[in-house]
Amino acid sequence: MIRDITIGQYYQTDSVLHRLDPRVKLLGTLLYLVSLFCFHNPAGYAVALLFLILCIRLSHVPFGYMIKGMKGIMMILMITILFNLFLTSGTVLVSFWKITITVEGLKLAITMALRLCMLIIGASLMTLTTTPNHLTDGLEKGLRFLKVIKMPVHEIAMMMAIALRFIPILLEETDKIMKAQLARGADFESGGLVRRAKAMVPLLVPLFVSAFRRANDLAMAMEARCYRGGDGRTKMKPLIYAGRDYAAYLILLAYLVISIFLGRWSVMTELLTSL
Amino acid sequence: MDIVKARNLVFEYIRRDEEGNVEGISTAVDHVSLQIAQGDFVAILGHNGSGKSTLAKHLNAILYPTEGTVWVDGKDTSAEENLWAVRQNVGMVFQNPDNQIIGQVVEEDVGFGPENLGVPTKEIWERVEESLRAVGMYEYRKHSPNRLSGGQKQRVSIAGVLAMHPKCIVLDEPTAMLDPSGRKEVIRAVRGLNDVEGITVILITHYMEEVIHANKIFVMDGGKLVMEGTPREIFSQVERLKELRLDVPQVTLLAHELRKKGLPIPEGILERKELVEALRGLK
Amino acid sequence: MAIIVDHLNYIYGQDTEQAVHALQDINLQIPDGQFIGIIGHTGSGKSTLMQHLNGLLKATSGTIYYNGQDIYDEDYKLKDLRSHVGLVFQYPEHQLFEADVFSDVCFGPKNLGLSKKDAELRAFEALRKVGFPEELFYTSPFDLSGGQKRRVAIAGVLAMKPDVLILDEPTAGLDPKGREDILGMVKSLQRESGMTILLVSHSMDDVAEYVDRILVMDHGRIAFDDIPRNVFSHVEELEEMHLAAPQVTYILRDLEKAGIDVDENATTVEEAASTILQAFGIK
Repeated sequence: MIRDITIGQYYQTDSVLHRLDPRVKLLGTLLYLVSLFCFHNPAGYAVALLFLILCIRLSHVPFGYMIKGMKGIMMILMITILFNLFLTSGTVLVSFWKITITVEGLKLAITMALRLCMLIIGASLMTLTTTPNHLTDGLEKGLRFLKVIKMPVHEIAMMMAIALRFIPILLEETDKIMKAQLARGADFESGGLVRRAKAMVPLLVPLFVSAFRRANDLAMAMEARCYRGGDGRTKMKPLIYAGRDYAAYLILLAYLVISIFLGRWSVMTELLTSL
Repeated sequence: MDIVKARNLVFEYIRRDEEGNVEGISTAVDHVSLQIAQGDFVAILGHNGSGKSTLAKHLNAILYPTEGTVWVDGKDTSAEENLWAVRQNVGMVFQNPDNQIIGQVVEEDVGFGPENLGVPTKEIWERVEESLRAVGMYEYRKHSPNRLSGGQKQRVSIAGVLAMHPKCIVLDEPTAMLDPSGRKEVIRAVRGLNDVEGITVILITHYMEEVIHANKIFVMDGGKLVMEGTPREIFSQVERLKELRLDVPQVTLLAHELRKKGLPIPEGILERKELVEALRGLK
Repeated sequence: MAIIVDHLNYIYGQDTEQAVHALQDINLQIPDGQFIGIIGHTGSGKSTLMQHLNGLLKATSGTIYYNGQDIYDEDYKLKDLRSHVGLVFQYPEHQLFEADVFSDVCFGPKNLGLSKKDAELRAFEALRKVGFPEELFYTSPFDLSGGQKRRVAIAGVLAMKPDVLILDEPTAGLDPKGREDILGMVKSLQRESGMTILLVSHSMDDVAEYVDRILVMDHGRIAFDDIPRNVFSHVEELEEMHLAAPQVTYILRDLEKAGIDVDENATTVEEAASTILQAFGIK
């Protein structure tokens, strides 16, 4: 059920992408996502797609595994496509019954679907190849400059790491409690919205109680292991840039240059056609 | 040299009702005095609510005595300047394996303690490796804790404590949530630490079979220390243990029943071999 | 004839790479009023099978008949089945959610569509059956001790008046006396109400003491299905499945080897004591 949503859960293997410094991956992902929204022409999409395919190949994560994780968000994708397909006005392509599909709508639906897919795969590629701990390390070190303005960067990173660690455990727990209440004759599926919301109480109360109990236990376990915040703490896996990280930055720069160029080019062609 | 010493330890907590008014004061630990020597394997028995977990939490400065004093390696646990030394010297392993693993990867979890202590990176790696090897989990170092069995998770937790180079490890019902093979794995690992590394072990458990190899057993009831002795001394008092809501190993119980019926075999038999020998001697 | 399981197969995560054949060709008959123990290593499929018996999981192939009716029949109401076959999960106290004990126990009967009065009547009866003290009926379940919480949770299922009660490790995490109390209560439910009981357990000693029949699960199959003394005579096979016979069985086998003539298939302390005494000529 809920456990089937594996979107972006770390995939254990060894690849260049896995070994890359998380700061590179964070910045790279950010740049990639931004670039997706800058493109307005097929050439731009082609470059972005090519770049993505290259990264997927480099990651050694099976493509099937990535796609499987996307099942959960298929709904959102379908809705986006349908909305764009039916609700965009413009030149009519086909029209039957009460439904009209326009050329613009079709174009928009395709680009939106493509963009969304690339967005999700691009973002999940980072989490697929980076352990959450590594990721939070990257955030902690990458955002260290925010400490100057009294941002508790270490604490936030630690909270994220813990949250990520406990998500699968709590999901499993939800499943278990749900089954236990089903065995007591609970009904989570029928009835109107209010009734369904009410039916969630026997699920949510035990879940919260359990989450608090776990939080309490964990805090105790952390203190027992001498945890006292970020000061004076050393790192088992300190982040040090290696040659490949600089190379990756270079590649990112190249990608950035190409996308800006293509973006400009599209703006220029638009200008030309409008003239 | 005593690694742990408690004198007249009392721990009280205030119970409050829903409005926050004081309903009463409960005494969880009631004038307990004990000494545990470096290198000992000590077991603490007692039914649920007898105060043994509360006692254990004092050894690691998670709780502080209301009255009396606890010393760890000669240091008073309630003095603030000793806090980190105490916690480093006495490692704690808790009951629920899921709620004490912080890392997403086995090795990162084991490195958590040394990181907190400010150990240099290179040495952290050495400590992680040696700790994981000591509990036989080295080959799982790259695994996610979520994919491990209960017994394996507990061994990772033990490694996590071991990596802090403690003198003493307190295990608070580490096997309560495990299946029999998981229990065996954990107890084997714990005994190894005691035998090979000479680390003092304080084991709290409900499973009588796990404590027959201890040097010393403390039995708690109602916050008080009510029995103290070697496993043989403790388990020869079958009726007394039953009064305390406890059990004896099945072998001991069988020997006890046979003795009651008139077979002249000694009290406090702990192992199968002993009973078979004793019975063979009678033939 | 209460439950018949016919060529049941369950494949978890079918169509994926990690498909697991969790249950393989299970055939089983459970007549009314039996007390059955189910043992098996973690992951042997015992919990999966239990969840099939009350319709929480649906078999990939094969079927289950409850009182002659196919539970996978389109007209069959699974909700009815769940009221006839009660399932108490591991650590059932984690499912408590109401503000007081009594309302929590009413949850099940209310879901069955009973009137408030009938539901309360059943809750009252169920709480009495599990031996829960009346003065605590209106306290919050979260303020109770571990053993009491568990009783409330079991009462929550009993209040649905099931004919068959399945308990998944009802004694996990309890102290020895708590374990004995819960098992004694379950036994009396079977004796007095004629309920069919299925007890999933890791403890061979407990199973041997209480049940009429044992199912041993291994790798999704039923490896043995027999009375305790016959099952525990397969010591070597059980060990291969990471299980064991009760301690006394081992002692008796050792004695037999040592040339003392005893019945080596006795499974409880009582039986063992009597056969040993007999061998020594004491009545």
